Amino acid sequence: MEEIKNIIESLLLVAGEPLTIDHINNILTQSGKKEIRNALSELSKEYEARKGGFFLREVAGGYQIRTRPEYREWIKRLIQPKALRLSKAALETLAIIAYKQPIIRSDIEYVRGVNCGGILRMLLERRLIRILGKKEIPGRPLIYATTKQFLEVFDLKDLKDLPTPEEIITLGEASSEHMG
Amino acid sequence: MTPDERYQVQLENIFEGPMDLLVHLIKKHEVDIYDIPIALITEQYLEYLEWMKAMNIDVAGEFLVLASTLTQIKSRMLLPAHEDEDEDEDPRLEIIRPLEEYLRIKSAAEKLAKRDLLGEDTFVRYPGQEDYLLNREEAVIDVGLFELIDAFQKILENITPIGRMEINADTITVRDRIVQIVDIFETKGSVTFNELFSKNADKSEVVVTFLAILEMVRLSLIRVAQHTQTGIIRLFYL
Repeated sequence: MEEIKNIIESLLLVAGEPLTIDHINNILTQSGKKEIRNALSELSKEYEARKGGFFLREVAGGYQIRTRPEYREWIKRLIQPKALRLSKAALETLAIIAYKQPIIRSDIEYVRGVNCGGILRMLLERRLIRILGKKEIPGRPLIYATTKQFLEVFDLKDLKDLPTPEEIITLGEASSEHMG
Repeated sequence: MTPDERYQVQLENIFEGPMDLLVHLIKKHEVDIYDIPIALITEQYLEYLEWMKAMNIDVAGEFLVLASTLTQIKSRMLLPAHEDEDEDEDPRLEIIRPLEEYLRIKSAAEKLAKRDLLGEDTFVRYPGQEDYLLNREEAVIDVGLFELIDAFQKILENITPIGRMEINADTITVRDRIVQIVDIFETKGSVTFNELFSKNADKSEVVVTFLAILEMVRLSLIRVAQHTQTGIIRLFYL
């Protein structure tokens, strides 16, 4: 058990993208998925107990070692990330696609009441959304969906992990004016 | 309301669209979205549009669509309700439903923005090179338009000029070709540039394929890279 944990930890350190249990299982031919899952949960507990610079996150169907948000400013002194900053309009468009996918452009535009061609292009460029195909209706419009990159960027396990939108009780709370 | 306040509001909301303006008005007047005082809100909405015009801001057509919907609801509210038509819907439902949906999306978008975003709040040991690191060294280089055109010319030269140009009734469009290429990528993940051009393709087919590749690059569906040693151009599905 101890060794499996160490092996998995070493894999996590080197892997470029979130490692799925299946993938780890293919590498560690000797052990079962349950053992792998236990080892991952052990690792996660260790990182939580240690409270160091990183933790284990379950994202996009796999596991990944990530730095704790507390240290973001220091990381940014080391590397200059391309600004992710999405405008409010872009975030709303992305949210519509995330919750209602697969979806065509006119249905996206219906919700916000605004043309969103430019935003869609930008989201495609950033690989947060992708084109799934064309809908077999007149005009054959493109069908949009979110990507694995979207799950990775927004720290989501899978699409079911999307936050539940608040039920509208009081409007004052439901829409604050600013966001990051 | 002082003119200053109005000015500020305009700047915040103007580019966000008609639904945002409606939400803003409802919020400002602290009204229940299920019991909107339609006359007041419509009047205010139209007043804002006037302001926008006065400030020389292009009032997009979408704003006018909502304006006409509001006005229509308002007039329907004024009509006396027939007693035998008690199953008649509240005319305001026409605006309440989209409003509810929009508010739900707005709240979802805010929640998404508050998560620990990769590349913003949290980082991985190997950040995707092109995404985070400014200088990188790779065995492959990204290919520019000129290299692609060179490769395309080579393929054109290899076309056997039998029968010259045939008028082909069922030539495919660039869009259809993109769909076909996406299918190839779905199964293979990556292909070389040459693989996409079949040996016995005619000129129009080759041109369509090339245009499809360019369009896919523009849409960021694929990435084009050339191996520094072999010179082989490979396309990666993103």
